Amino acid sequence: MKKQSVVRGAAASPYLVWSLLFIVAPLLFVLWFAMTDRNGSFTFENLRSLTSYSQTFVMSVGFSLIATAICLIIGYPLAYCMSRASARARNILLVLLMLPMWISLLIRTYSLMALLDNGGLVSSFLVRLGFRKLTFIGTEGAVILGMIYDFLPYMVLPIYTSMTKLDVRYVEAAADLGCNGIRTMFKVIVPLTVPGIISGVTMVFVPSISTFYISQKLGGGSFDLIGDTIERQFQNAVTYHTGAAISLVMMILILISLAIMNKFSDGGEDIVV
Amino acid sequence: MKILSKTYMALIFLILYAPILVVILFSFNRSGSLSHFAGFSGKWYGELFRDGEALTALKNSLILAVVSSLAATILGTLAAYGIDRAKRKWMARAMESVSNIPMMNPDIVTGVSMMLLFVGVANVLRREPFLGVWTMIIAHTTFNLPYVILSVLPKFRQMDKSLTEAALDLGCPPVKTFFRVELPYLVPGIVSGLMMSFTLSLDDFVISHFVSSPDFRTLPLYIYNQTAHEVKFSMYALCTLMIFVILGLLIAVNLAGSMGERRQRRKAGGK
Amino acid sequence: MMKRILSVLLLSAMAAVFCLSLASCGKNAGSTPAQGKQETLYVYNWGEYISDGFDGTVNVNKEFEKYCREELGRNVKVNYSTFSSNEDMYAKVSSGAAIYDVLIPSDYMIQRMIAEGRLRPLNMEVMENYRYISDDFKGENVYYEPQDGNTYSIPYFYGMIGVIYNSAIVEEDEEAIGSWKLMFDPETDYRGDILQFNNSRDAFGTALYYLGYDVNEATEAQWREALDLLKGQKEIVQGYVMDEIFNKMKSGSAAIAAYYAGDFLSMYEDNDDLAFFYPKEGTNSYVDAMCVPSNAYSPELAELYINFMCRPDIAFANAAYTYYASPLDLDYIETDGEYLEELAEYRAVMEEVHEDAMEILYGDMASGVPSSAYLNLSDERLTLLNDLWEELKVESSIGRGIYILCGIILAALIALAVYHIVRRRRWAKLYD
Repeated sequence: MKKQSVVRGAAASPYLVWSLLFIVAPLLFVLWFAMTDRNGSFTFENLRSLTSYSQTFVMSVGFSLIATAICLIIGYPLAYCMSRASARARNILLVLLMLPMWISLLIRTYSLMALLDNGGLVSSFLVRLGFRKLTFIGTEGAVILGMIYDFLPYMVLPIYTSMTKLDVRYVEAAADLGCNGIRTMFKVIVPLTVPGIISGVTMVFVPSISTFYISQKLGGGSFDLIGDTIERQFQNAVTYHTGAAISLVMMILILISLAIMNKFSDGGEDIVV
Repeated sequence: MKILSKTYMALIFLILYAPILVVILFSFNRSGSLSHFAGFSGKWYGELFRDGEALTALKNSLILAVVSSLAATILGTLAAYGIDRAKRKWMARAMESVSNIPMMNPDIVTGVSMMLLFVGVANVLRREPFLGVWTMIIAHTTFNLPYVILSVLPKFRQMDKSLTEAALDLGCPPVKTFFRVELPYLVPGIVSGLMMSFTLSLDDFVISHFVSSPDFRTLPLYIYNQTAHEVKFSMYALCTLMIFVILGLLIAVNLAGSMGERRQRRKAGGK
Repeated sequence: MMKRILSVLLLSAMAAVFCLSLASCGKNAGSTPAQGKQETLYVYNWGEYISDGFDGTVNVNKEFEKYCREELGRNVKVNYSTFSSNEDMYAKVSSGAAIYDVLIPSDYMIQRMIAEGRLRPLNMEVMENYRYISDDFKGENVYYEPQDGNTYSIPYFYGMIGVIYNSAIVEEDEEAIGSWKLMFDPETDYRGDILQFNNSRDAFGTALYYLGYDVNEATEAQWREALDLLKGQKEIVQGYVMDEIFNKMKSGSAAIAAYYAGDFLSMYEDNDDLAFFYPKEGTNSYVDAMCVPSNAYSPELAELYINFMCRPDIAFANAAYTYYASPLDLDYIETDGEYLEELAEYRAVMEEVHEDAMEILYGDMASGVPSSAYLNLSDERLTLLNDLWEELKVESSIGRGIYILCGIILAALIALAVYHIVRRRRWAKLYD
């Protein structure tokens, strides 16, 4: 028995070493860089200087909140419709939904930009219809649209999965007990798919708040989201310490909101049962 | 109601696909324009295959994906084994939560933290930083690990422990038991973990953006670099090819899945 | 079954990788027969700034590899990568995130890097093609070098910044043509059609020139005034871009942008609605030069590369591709007589691109407006510039609608949370 547990201990040890070296240590380095200055002495200056980025934080949270909400509003009915389709159609719809998730985000964002550009297909079509010339690129709407377009499948997929797992007998029982369609929707289906909604929301919110490619291309660099700011500190100016401080704060914010959401989903299931 | 839901789905999928379809269509455009179509031509594809940089990037991407997904699968399977059998429960829980960190963190934080690690270590050693192939392999293996663990660990948990115990009681050494008894049961989980990390690694841009050097540029980095400068139209050809390869893979996987199901059903019916 | 097919797919992907890598190894081995170990030369240059063999032009890097193979018997591979601004380049090089053998930054950045000891003096004995470089770029005329008897850089191209506009979109009688005002007028008709530089020095440069301040000696108050101007401009610009400008100006997605004169010519080649002027208030003139960082892997090979780039046939091929002004001494080459053919060809190419091409690059049009070079700023000013740039980037006036929407969502979330808690309490009571 002794020998066995030694083998078992040894089995996990490469992973333990690996995760200490490449998961834990990097985070400590972020902390270290955020807490030191150029000369390596301890300081709170980096964190204090973040107040000048408060607008960036507010704007990023705002944009990603709106994008997440719209994704939910569009995606929930879509997942519902998909789950009601015939088994055959469902397979095709699933492939259609997954395909964009597998195509590089860079390609999808860039192609959306090409489509929306002044003089691109959409705007020339609108001009031909007699509309005034519109500028999409470089507006907040374009950034939010980019987030919705890029991350919508990530909202739909988990909701769809939890809908297909949903026991149809609950819905039938509700109908038998005289619940109309809309009431069934909100009293039975929505509460039962809360876990799907939660994971959909996380899967849209987290990449939205940390994106930089979308705001670079669709926002024309005029909207500086948290991701842009971090990217600039590391790739354009050599201010690693500020960049590390911003990353640290963003990480903590996201972990807190994930924890809150998990609390929500714990309660979600026992509402009906 | 039926019609309403069908129109809704059609509309959303149309919007979702419009930009992609435009890219595919205009990759065959004779002129270098994205707004008016001057007739079909395959010249951008010819241009693409003459572009050594794109081909090197493709090769790099594939090498990186294979190496890092294999490494992550081996490490991750061992880790799942360790987590499943850990004597102390807190140990297992700690290991699991650590492995979840790269999955919960935004990619940009993972990328930045990796870069700081490499740069910081180089500073401490008073050496020039060494971003390149190795840092890319390390980073990709690290972000693939949780996905492997996530797909292998449930298999360990579902596994009938008495089989292992029987083998051990019959005098089979633990290592042999693992390969003879446990591994065959885990294969589906391992394969899906491998597939997952392979595609994730092929697709990753953000983390690579921070830990790469021009020595070793993958396909997403090549595309990023293209879109940051003057976009050559051969890039649209490249995107089109990538889309079709992915579509082909998805359809193959799906067909295989439904064929397998049907065969199983037939077997069950036969019995 | 499905898993088996999956694994077959995966295996075939892996097989493909190994075939690919084997094939490429084989190819390399085939093209360079037994010439000792391969050396790699890392070159870091601006984007769109070299003749790369596109559309049947000369591929300069390949030519260098060929030159090394055939004339020096060395097996050299050029690893070429690009940056989009001096600041990006500096970030990569100074953090040590990557090491290069040849860098091609602009004047003020070279000055800064020499001052920080990041560049090494060149061995001028191997630079036999240096004699083709015009005297305007030698000795005391090299304003960005410390004049300590060493040469740190060899000019690559030079030029000036001007304003490009699309004459199909911008009205012909627009009074602001000829002035920076075209880019800064808050009452402009071209809101959303204007592009600004995405690097701090050039963006602030445009504002300082418009305000009539000295780009090197401006006081802090003047820098702040420039920031206010740029903040106002943020309302009317479509975006902050560097080389993305090519696609945007060519396709008509944007109508007004400040950029480098040589790039105007390459855009004009694809869209002849584009027009160009040097702003009358004054503008920036620059020299981009090749230099070798002090931590280069192989400085000796780097010097060979730099010398090769100065060989007139290569330099002309490069200039005929990028359309930038070459620092070669055209008169000397004419009297020297060795490269007459290439010179004539270069002139012909330029005439074909734009009837005034030589005029714009070398002639009166360029000398007609006041111009000045950027010099390295003091540390204090550099920090200020960096801070102001951050301030400009962070500043954004988003519509009130966004805030309202955001507020509604937050309110809904809070209401949901409260509802959830209240309901849970009620259920809990019922169960008790």
